[in-house]
Amino acid sequence: MDHGTVIEATKAVVTMDVALPGIIWGWMITLNMWAKSIGTGVILVGAFLLYRHKKEAMPNLRWMMPLISFIALNVFLLFTLLDLHQPLRMVNIFLHPHWTSAITVGAWMASIFTGLVTLMLAISALERFPDFGRHSRVAKTLREKSYLYEKLFPFVVFLALPVTMYTAVIMAEASARELWTAPAELVQMLFAAFMVGSASLLLIADKWSAEARRDLAMILAISVALSFTMYMGEYFFSFKAAEVEATLAYIHSGGSYNTQFWAAMVLGYIIPFFIAKGSLKVENRTMMKFAAVTTLIGLYLAKSTWLEIPQMIPLS
Amino acid sequence: MKLGFLVDLNLCMGCKGCEVACKVENEVPLSSWRLRVKYIDIGTFPDTSRSFTPLRCNHCENSPCERICPVSALHYLDNGIVNIDSSRCIGCAGCMMACPYGAIYMDPESNTADKCTFCAHRVESGMMPACVVACPVEANIFGDVEDETSHISRYIMEHQGAVQVRKPEKHTNPKHFYVGGGNQTLNPLAHERIEGHGLFNNITHLDAIGDPHHSILDRFIAPIFGGHNEHLGDESFLDMPNNIDEDHKSHKEGGDH
Repeated sequence: MDHGTVIEATKAVVTMDVALPGIIWGWMITLNMWAKSIGTGVILVGAFLLYRHKKEAMPNLRWMMPLISFIALNVFLLFTLLDLHQPLRMVNIFLHPHWTSAITVGAWMASIFTGLVTLMLAISALERFPDFGRHSRVAKTLREKSYLYEKLFPFVVFLALPVTMYTAVIMAEASARELWTAPAELVQMLFAAFMVGSASLLLIADKWSAEARRDLAMILAISVALSFTMYMGEYFFSFKAAEVEATLAYIHSGGSYNTQFWAAMVLGYIIPFFIAKGSLKVENRTMMKFAAVTTLIGLYLAKSTWLEIPQMIPLS
Repeated sequence: MKLGFLVDLNLCMGCKGCEVACKVENEVPLSSWRLRVKYIDIGTFPDTSRSFTPLRCNHCENSPCERICPVSALHYLDNGIVNIDSSRCIGCAGCMMACPYGAIYMDPESNTADKCTFCAHRVESGMMPACVVACPVEANIFGDVEDETSHISRYIMEHQGAVQVRKPEKHTNPKHFYVGGGNQTLNPLAHERIEGHGLFNNITHLDAIGDPHHSILDRFIAPIFGGHNEHLGDESFLDMPNNIDEDHKSHKEGGDH
């Protein structure tokens, strides 16, 4: 009996079964994570730039940073809500919180974070447009208390870290999906925030000093390089757990997500890395904007791939 | 008291009586299952065998679904049952992502998560779960695993070395045991699930989670103004035979003219 026959003799095949669920968390959760990375990333990268450079070197950062964050966070919250099958019951998270759930903790933190960013946006926007709401009492009060912006900012930066990373804990709590492990996903979420945070700010950095733009290019290059390294580590060397190996088969050669995965790697990581690295020596603003756009697209594709492949294998 | 379940796969003959009993008892909607019996064929002709594996919630002592539920819709009862309060569920599907056994579904009628509760409502009244009552060969054994004199405890003791749980490596500490199972039947990665028309039915996957006709807008409007598919309630199914008779009758009458 040759080896092939032995394998055939032990072959087990499902001959009758019910329809199993397909993708449970789909594009809305991908969009949710992607938008949250932008919302927290611009704050983290903005804080780094404000630490390194004078405000005058980045004239529009004070109000564009909370504006981009506010828009992205609202996209994130909107799609979080839309993905619920009972969205009106979202209030139960606040009325009946279950604190062992990262979903609960994340929802509370993200809500507080969005509230603080909204306040910062209101203050900075009223400074930016001094004629707006001149007779409004709310606007007047906010203008008088504009010092709050500086007071709130450290808390917002501190909160941006857990807000960007809590989805990794949700993924880790999803015990059924072995691909998602807390240590790797926490770090990947952080890199993702720095990637799209720097990419988003690159799109509004035309009037910034060359040094500030150079820092943005450096953050982009480092974050995509490290994140890409982690993806490659998982791609090539995650062969210890049978379930992880079965999951990764979807992105390996011949897998149904192979093209999407490599498109994500090329657009989101390889192209931006070489452009950003080149821009550290000789700046090319057009190419940097191109890299920023490909980073945003690539990260969405990467997150989509990583979210969906563990949902492809049957659990029972 | 810690309630547990044991299925002796040596006895199960795949009649699916438990499946049907569960469906009827819990009014489980079409396309959803709290309990299913999977057929797995092992080997190649002529050395083949067919195994039947009933699959339901494992009521884990360390349940990932309970841990991830943001609103405690999934909760433990004092008797160890992992119960679900559908009226609190927000439909985030976190439990579906967390359960390593794929035992939770999104009810397409209520759009909330649901699962086997070991028929907690029957147990509360001193009755056995519907699937236990329906099994013609007593392959389903239910009882208190902390009581050494219970049928399930004695069965486990008598079959020491042959009692298994699914995915023990997940550290969920399931309270659902199997006797007579093997890796090929209990490990979903150890058998192939080829989609398409097979021996008995079309092996496939669901296109939607929850109600496929429940649009995003419906999710906001339906809880306030009522469901969009009220005409598909249970009553309409109960009325169906009469309607069919009447339709048939009127059609026949029409034909006579």
